[in-house]
Amino acid sequence: MHSQAIELTSMRESKPLRSRPKRDRERLVRIVLAIAGWMTVVILALIMIMLFVEGLPIFAVTNPFSFLFTSQWFPVSDPPVFGILSLIIGSLMITATALVIAIPLGIGAAAFLAEIAPPPLREAIKPVIELLSGIPSIVLGFVGFLLLAPAIQRIFNLDSGLNGLTAGILLAFMCLPTIVSISEDALSAVPREYKEASLALGATRWQTIYRVLIPAARPGIVASVMLGMGRAIGETMTVLMVSGGRLAIPSFITDPMSAMTARIAIEINNAVFGGLQYQALFAIGIVLFLITFSINLVADLVLEKQRRRYA
Amino acid sequence: MNIVNLNMTEGRSVPFVFEENVPVKMRSQAVSLFYDKVEALKEVTLSILANRITAIIGPSGCGKSSYLRLFNRMNDLIWNAKVKGQVFLDEEALYDPKIDVVELRKRVGMVFQKPNPFPMSVFDNVAYGPRLHGAKETGKLSEIVERCLRQAVLWEEVKDKLKGSAFALSGGQQQRLCIARVLAVDPEVILLDEPCSALDPASTMRIEDLMQELKKNYTLAIVTHNMQQAGRASDYTAYLLMGELIEFGPTKSIFTYPRDKRTEDYLTGRWG
Repeated sequence: MHSQAIELTSMRESKPLRSRPKRDRERLVRIVLAIAGWMTVVILALIMIMLFVEGLPIFAVTNPFSFLFTSQWFPVSDPPVFGILSLIIGSLMITATALVIAIPLGIGAAAFLAEIAPPPLREAIKPVIELLSGIPSIVLGFVGFLLLAPAIQRIFNLDSGLNGLTAGILLAFMCLPTIVSISEDALSAVPREYKEASLALGATRWQTIYRVLIPAARPGIVASVMLGMGRAIGETMTVLMVSGGRLAIPSFITDPMSAMTARIAIEINNAVFGGLQYQALFAIGIVLFLITFSINLVADLVLEKQRRRYA
Repeated sequence: MNIVNLNMTEGRSVPFVFEENVPVKMRSQAVSLFYDKVEALKEVTLSILANRITAIIGPSGCGKSSYLRLFNRMNDLIWNAKVKGQVFLDEEALYDPKIDVVELRKRVGMVFQKPNPFPMSVFDNVAYGPRLHGAKETGKLSEIVERCLRQAVLWEEVKDKLKGSAFALSGGQQQRLCIARVLAVDPEVILLDEPCSALDPASTMRIEDLMQELKKNYTLAIVTHNMQQAGRASDYTAYLLMGELIEFGPTKSIFTYPRDKRTEDYLTGRWG
C-alpha cells in the first residue's frame, strides 16, 4: 500500500517550477495595488496643496490672528475685513448639537441592534437605517425647512425657526446612520466570550453593555463618532438652508447663525477668481480641514494608546 | 434522598447507590432542549450532589455543553432555544418565570472553554463581579481580590502585576484568573465547560488540583471530552450520547464496570 502511493505520486505529471507568466502576473498585480494605495495619498496631498496655495496668500493682507478671532466679515467693502470667528462658533455649535443628539441615540440604537433585538429584527432594521444615510442632504434640508423649522419656532417661541438648533437636529439625523451602523458592527465584533463571562457573573444586560461591551468596542464606536462628526462639520446644503445665515457671534443655540461650509458655498460664485475674497474663502477651507484633521489625529492617538495597553 | 433511582436503569435490576447523607445540589427532571425543531437534549434526568465533582462526558455535539448551560440558564442567550422539563437548584425550579436569572447566576458560576478574561487589568477582572454587586471601597475589593487569587492558586504569580493587562498572562494563568473571577462572586456551584481544552498538560494538572481543593466549599460540574480527566478528577460521571443520557454513576464504577455497551465502547475508544 505504501509503495503504491509512492508510485502514484511519481507518476503524476507536475508543472515546471520555474514558470515565467505566473510570476509576471503576480508582479503586475502587486504594482497595480501599490499604485491604487499610493494614489489616495497623492490625491490627498494635491488637495491639501491646492487648498494652501489658494488660501494662504490672504494672510499677507490680514494676520491669521484677526482672521480667526474677530467676527467682522465684510469681504467686498473697501478695505475688506475678514474675521471668521462667528462662522467657527456657528459650525462648532451646530456640530456639537448634532453630536449631543446623535451619540447617545446612535450608540443606544447600536446596542439595541447588536445585543437585544432578536436576529430577524436586526436583519430587518439595519438596512433601513443604512438607507437613511442615502437621503440627499437637500431633501433633508427641505424637510427641515418645511416641518422642523416651524415646529422649533413654535416650541421655543422664536422669531424664526431657521437657527442653529434646527440645523443641529437635522445634522444629527444625517450622522445617525453612520454612528449606528459602524457602532453596531463594532459591538457585534466583540468576542461572544466577554458577553457570556459577564452575564455568567450575574451582570444584567445593561451592566454587560456598558461595563464590558462598549469599552471593548470603543475603537469602533469612536471611529463611528468621528466619521459622523466629519459628516456633520462638513455638511453644507442642509446647514445653508436652515441655519438662518446670520453673520454675528451667536449667543445661544436657538439664534440664527452661519457655518463655515455654508459661507463658502454662498460666496464662492460671486468671488473674483484669485481675488482677496476668493483667497479668504479658501482660507476658511484650510481652517475646516485643520479642525477635522486634528480631531481625527487626537482620536487616533487615544485609540492607539488604548490598543497598546490591552493588545 | 441518598438513593436515587434513575429512569435510565430501566430494565436493569440494580439501582445506583449514591453516597449516604450527601444532599442533591442540582438536578434535572426529564429535561429536553430544542434549537428550533432540533432536539439537542432528550429528557435528561440527572442529579448533581453537593460538594462533589460531577463530570459530563461524551463525543462532540452530544449536548454536554448545552446541558451544563441549563443550570445557569446561559441557553437563554440563544434566542431560538426552548427548554422542556424541569431543572432544580436546591429544589427550586429554575425555569419558573418568577426566577431572577441575575440572582441565579450569582449562585451558579461558570468557567468557559477558552480562557476569557475581560480586556482589563488582572485586578479589575477579579473585582468585576463584586463591583457589579455593589462593593465599592478599594480596601474591601483588594481583600476580595487577594483572597480569590489565593484560592485559585494564582496570587504568587500575579501579585506584582495586578495593574497589568490580563492578556499578558499565559493561557493557564488566564484560566485560573477566570476561576478567581467566579469565586469573587461567592457562588455555591461552579460549572466548568471544558476548562482545560485550550491548556497544556501542566496547566491542566494545576486546574485539576484546584478543583479538588474547591470541592470542599463548592459543588462542581465539569464538561470534558477528555476521558482521562473525567476518570482522574471526578466523583461522578454522566455519559451523554446524541442528547441522551446513556449512563450515570460513581466515576469508579462507570470506568471499571460500564453497564451500557455504548458507554463501554466510548470509554475504550471503540464507539461508533
